Amino acid sequence: MTKISMTVDGVNYQDEVEPRTLLVHYLREQLGKTGTVVGCDTSNCGACTVHLDGRSVKSCNVLAVQADGGEVTTIEGVADGETLSPVQEAFRDCHALQCGYCTPGMIMQATDLLRENPSPDEDYVRQHMEGNLCRCTGYHNIVRAVLQAADAGTGGEQA
Amino acid sequence: MIPAPFDYAAPTTVEEALTLLSEHGDDAKVLAGGQSLLPVLRMRLNAPELVVDISRIESLKGITDTGDAVRIGAATTYQEVLDSDLVREHLGLLHTAVEQIADPQIRHRGTVCGALAHADPAGDVGAPVLALDATMEVQSRGVVGPRQVSAADFFVDLFETAVGDGELLTAVTIPKHTGWGSHYEKFVRVSHQWAIIGIAAAVRAEGGVIAEARVGMTNMGAKPLRAPAVEQALAGQPATEEAISEICARAGEGTEPPSDLNGKADYRRHLAGVLTRRAVLAAAGA
Ligand SMILES: Cc1cc2nc3c(=O)[nH]c(=O)nc-3n(C[C@H](O)[C@@H](O)[C@@H](O)COP(=O)(O)OP(=O)(O)OC[C@H]3O[C@@H](n4cnc5c(N)ncnc54)[C@H](O)[C@@H]3O)c2cc1C
Ligand code: FES
Ligand code: FES
Repeated sequence: MTKISMTVDGVNYQDEVEPRTLLVHYLREQLGKTGTVVGCDTSNCGACTVHLDGRSVKSCNVLAVQADGGEVTTIEGVADGETLSPVQEAFRDCHALQCGYCTPGMIMQATDLLRENPSPDEDYVRQHMEGNLCRCTGYHNIVRAVLQAADAGTGGEQA
Repeated sequence: MIPAPFDYAAPTTVEEALTLLSEHGDDAKVLAGGQSLLPVLRMRLNAPELVVDISRIESLKGITDTGDAVRIGAATTYQEVLDSDLVREHLGLLHTAVEQIADPQIRHRGTVCGALAHADPAGDVGAPVLALDATMEVQSRGVVGPRQVSAADFFVDLFETAVGDGELLTAVTIPKHTGWGSHYEKFVRVSHQWAIIGIAAAVRAEGGVIAEARVGMTNMGAKPLRAPAVEQALAGQPATEEAISEICARAGEGTEPPSDLNGKADYRRHLAGVLTRRAVLAAAGA
């Protein structure tokens, strides 16, 4: 077992984990943060996307020990109480989800890309959402939502 | 899937890492960004006793100007390479190739040196690094200073490089190609796919004439390849579609690319000719 300490959604946690524990399993099983989901076995789908030290990562492809000392934000940490983040709001407005399984990862990746580029064009959005798969929506409304959040001008502010 | 159990160490110096690696021999695995190692461990294609995380070693971080070259330390991520003005200005070819690797999440973690050490024949950094005549620094325990291995000698075979058990690739140093035009042409059927093949081209043009050209090829064999005959034939030619097309059509000659579900060897050889033309034309601004 290895001792780790990290901040997740603003709260500091100290734990012992087996080194082989994936960050996504630590978040879901040890911290109960089941908002972050697992959608594949190959690190292709992006459903498990969280932010580690300010950048998006696939938490199924990072060990919890690699995040030791770091700061993690999950989908559970992006809203401000009852107030949705601008990206969450835009996803709801634009009907950017159907079953919703890919949505936590989509929102985390969209938030990362808007922080990097607050006024992207459609091509930039599509390029930077490349690692997030949706089996329901056909992507059109997802891209629309990201562009709407960008127009709202505050896409990257929270989360 | 969950990896088999292993011990984990996160040394803070290269010496410490080399000690651990040499004590454990082939029971130890280096972990840089983990973007290839973790899938391997999760699929249980490998089950090391010890994983040595080099990402916390300060001296392996960062991109530096060495005068006529740019040095990229082993703990430097793809994203840091993309964000680097030095790379953008002097190593345009590397920049355009890295932009096309995987997706942002993976580029935030994965490293150029990790990909070079992994040596997947479909990986996108080998061809540009080879085409730009890079040198790899390989460090063994108890030896003062790293051994310098040219990119031409670094790649040995499928998933095999000049880095031996107990050794670390500490950096890659790439000569500046300031003012060269460059293009990486990655051929995929769907987005977010590994290269069926890829062509890396860098061209120095002077007054509408190609002065020098470099061409590297991804997934056209067990390791990244150069196309020396094409490079030589391009030198001195006008940067026009007509002149370039004929020469580039021969890029695949004499290669032995793989045959798989994405294409037979013949098809890949054909693609090499077509894509080399496109890449060189784009690099030459023609
Ligand atoms: C979904 C997905 C899509 C991908 N798509 C692409 C793609 O389109 N193109 C592409 O090129 N790649 C792609 N990759 C692979 C990716 O680029 C990795 O190969 C790269 O990130 C490896 O670097 P790393 O730092 O993550 O290495 P790690 O995974 O940490 O290590 C890889 C291997 O190299 C060894 N190693 C690492 N660093 C060193 C060192 N300094 N010295 C000695 N040995 C070392 C490790 O022991 C391990 O065997 C993809 C990966 C995933 C998960
Ligand atoms: S669960 Fe992580 S990428 Fe699919
Ligand atoms: S909404 Fe169902 S997978 Fe995206």
